[in-house]
Amino acid sequence: MTPRRIVIVGASLAGLRTADSLRANGFTGELVLIGDEPHEPYDRPPLSKAVLAGRTGTDRLFLPSAQDLNARRLLGVAATGLDLAAGEVRLADDRRIGFDRLVIATGSRSRPWPVPGEAALRGVHLLRGREDADRIRADLTAGPRRVLVIGGGFTGSEVASSCHDLDIPVTVALRGAAPMASALGEAVGTAIGARQRAHGIDLRVRTTVTALHGDAEGRLRRVWLSDGDELEVDVAVVALGSVANTEWLAGCGLAADPRGVECDAAGRAMGLDCAVVPDVYVAGDVARWRHPHFDAEPQALQHWGNAVDQAEVAAHNLTHRHQRPATALPAFWSDQFGLNVKSVGLPHLADQVVLTQGSFERGPFVAAYGRGGITVGAVAVNSPRVLDGYAALITERAPFPPAINATDSPADATVLSAGSNSAESSGPALTTVHGGQS
Amino acid sequence: MRVVVDLNRCQSYGQCVFAAPEVFRFQGAESLEYDHVPDAGSDQAVERAALACPAQAILLGRSAEAGVVSQAVAAEMR
Amino acid sequence: MTSTQPYPAAAAYGRLLDQANRHDPYPYFAELAGEPIQRLAEHRWVVSRHADITALLRDPRLSAQDDVDPEGPAGSDGKPFRGPFLMLDPPHHNTLRDQTMHQFMPRIMGMGPRIEAMVARLLDRQAGTGPGEFDVVTALAYPLPVGVICELLGVPAEEEPVFHSFASRLTRALDPVESLTEQEIAELQVTRADWRDYLMPMIARRRDRPGPDLVSGLLTDGDPETRMNTVELATTLGLLLIAGHETTVNLITNGTLALLRNPDVLDRLRADPGLAPAVVEEALRYDPPVQQTSRRATADVRIADQVVPAGDQVVILLGAGNRDPRRFAEPDRFWPERPGNAHLAFGGGVHYCFGAALARMEGQAALSAIATRLTRPRLVADPPPYRANMLLRGPEELRVGFDAVTG
Repeated sequence: MTPRRIVIVGASLAGLRTADSLRANGFTGELVLIGDEPHEPYDRPPLSKAVLAGRTGTDRLFLPSAQDLNARRLLGVAATGLDLAAGEVRLADDRRIGFDRLVIATGSRSRPWPVPGEAALRGVHLLRGREDADRIRADLTAGPRRVLVIGGGFTGSEVASSCHDLDIPVTVALRGAAPMASALGEAVGTAIGARQRAHGIDLRVRTTVTALHGDAEGRLRRVWLSDGDELEVDVAVVALGSVANTEWLAGCGLAADPRGVECDAAGRAMGLDCAVVPDVYVAGDVARWRHPHFDAEPQALQHWGNAVDQAEVAAHNLTHRHQRPATALPAFWSDQFGLNVKSVGLPHLADQVVLTQGSFERGPFVAAYGRGGITVGAVAVNSPRVLDGYAALITERAPFPPAINATDSPADATVLSAGSNSAESSGPALTTVHGGQS
Repeated sequence: MRVVVDLNRCQSYGQCVFAAPEVFRFQGAESLEYDHVPDAGSDQAVERAALACPAQAILLGRSAEAGVVSQAVAAEMR
Repeated sequence: MTSTQPYPAAAAYGRLLDQANRHDPYPYFAELAGEPIQRLAEHRWVVSRHADITALLRDPRLSAQDDVDPEGPAGSDGKPFRGPFLMLDPPHHNTLRDQTMHQFMPRIMGMGPRIEAMVARLLDRQAGTGPGEFDVVTALAYPLPVGVICELLGVPAEEEPVFHSFASRLTRALDPVESLTEQEIAELQVTRADWRDYLMPMIARRRDRPGPDLVSGLLTDGDPETRMNTVELATTLGLLLIAGHETTVNLITNGTLALLRNPDVLDRLRADPGLAPAVVEEALRYDPPVQQTSRRATADVRIADQVVPAGDQVVILLGAGNRDPRRFAEPDRFWPERPGNAHLAFGGGVHYCFGAALARMEGQAALSAIATRLTRPRLVADPPPYRANMLLRGPEELRVGFDAVTG
């Protein structure tokens, strides 16, 4: 039966792409797009890169839709509740919007600095939305003495890179052993970290921030680090990962918590009894699911590409009887310090890693990741045109380490311990999986 | 016209940079940056860029829909 | 193995190579694409489907490099010289290609109006109010890319015939070695030596007095440590000449042929020259100038249900992938407006056609002019005669009749 009204809660990439794909799939019924930000959907990956570095503005990031959406857009109003029995979404202004089918695409937000008084200092920022980016950009153009980036995930590293583009001194403090180690593992994270240092970044691993101090006007001036150092800093960007926007789903009967809303690979939301809830789909950062290719716990894949893939799967499944699972291999990218970092598969699952092309020290390189003797991921640095070969290896569950034997393969490929999330999973210091500031 | 590039699909072949240098550029050897909302005068060049992309990674929005922040319509939506 | 043929695909591939079928290889491509991968001979396979080709061109386990001749002269990386970067793998491939690209791109940026002017001048020679005919190959498709490369290299117009001659003779080097006779291989050696002899004085002059041209740029720009040496420079220039030449000829000629066989598209292009980029992309898909390429597996590679062992050769049929119905709706229809035209004409991966942007510019200028300036153009012979070459496939001549050529 074709639904008459589909309501999409969340008007960022996943929500917009769901709407776009619904129209592409021939859905002609009523479409409602609800978003808490008072903007049309915009692209987030540039916020930490081109926007902070001043190469583009936040008012120039609007996302296109290929189809005429013919959607009612309720923007600038958050959803605050879900009544599954009545088939209604409750909004912040107490209005109720009825639906035949619902798509949950409310995304995630930055994990805040845990000390409220310090978090409130002027100059201390999170980076999630365009207002955040505008505020940080304004602080960067004011000529800060030094910027402190708290957290060495992708967002933190990209912020540091943008500061470097602006010739602003940067310190990055991270709890783990290397930047991006929770996503890429220690070996690759260390290789990229060395290149960050070569650009003059003050990179402090296994270091936490013990205090942020402001002046009489409440402006950040000074920070204390766990290594005993004290730095004069005017801007701090807190990049400690994210939490899913699921508070509005409290008590509605869906399996939702700060890690996300649990759903199956077809995007169908699950109830607390682990059964599929009819007519409710989940897409994007907020979706917590088990990718059918990987033997792993359900997890949120907070990647730009995951939002696109899941939106297309949800749109297909909302308009077809046959429910298609999301099977596309996860992929993400990051651009920083003149390096293009691209990943395919799920490197963070790996227990082992091996350099397969190039060199960790200089120039382009590719590393393959294995778990239990199976190739599960690959990361390419400034080598975007060979990654499809690795995708094929991951798809066919090729033995690890894979034989590449390319002309630029190292003569002796030592298999290293991946050392990724085992060491990191305890703390909130790094994002779990992150791509392109999704 | 609005533009978004799927940078997972993009493999930095640079054909868009050549077709529409005022819209697409490399920031570093392999990192593509671009204007999401190029000036109207670039429309033809942007379409050429999208056609030329070997990865077909460039999505163009030709939809004329304005982004209406619509709250008034919600009342009759029960 | 010569008398009996144990591999069925080899027969279809043989018909593909047969000069009698040169004018229309597509039925044989379709036949070969019936299976994702087939064996042509011991240690030699053929792949025909779009998805497989796309993946293989972007797979580091498929090498473009022949075995190294340890006796060869040294390259700038200190290792034996192995030929043009088209036939090299990373990392040395990247060093040479990046240097060349760094000089090439800025010089072709903004060259559009110059190319349009060259096309206009070539068609002016046919201009007149009366009916007539001309050969697109000799009058337009050949002189245009030679003129463009000479301008890039700063070669005076009077030397264009020399370049033309070298281009034709060196093109054989792109064919699979096993398809050449011993005499052809020997001739090629001589031509290569002649080419170096021809270039050396020019290189020496540019080294002494650098100009704004590409050769001077390659000689003087960038890091002296990694800068290409003279042998590499001569080889790279040869590569630009041959890889950028016959291919562009075929693009223009094949595109013209497709337009004249599809008058509705010709009319749409005449009415809207803005359609030219889409027409060129579709011409590249429909009848690609380069029909196949090949690679050598450096490791066991699974393709569909088959494992190709390390060391085996894989023939990649770009022309077949471009007509794959699994990827392209109505693949045998010439349809510029088709969505998502991810054709394989320029290859993919690290060896994606170096001159793609320039080829597109030349193709767009030439096909627009054909559409807008010829009144009632028509084919004099259909099919036209084809050159023997299978890899770089195209008509030997393409005679087009017209009522008038407008100014």
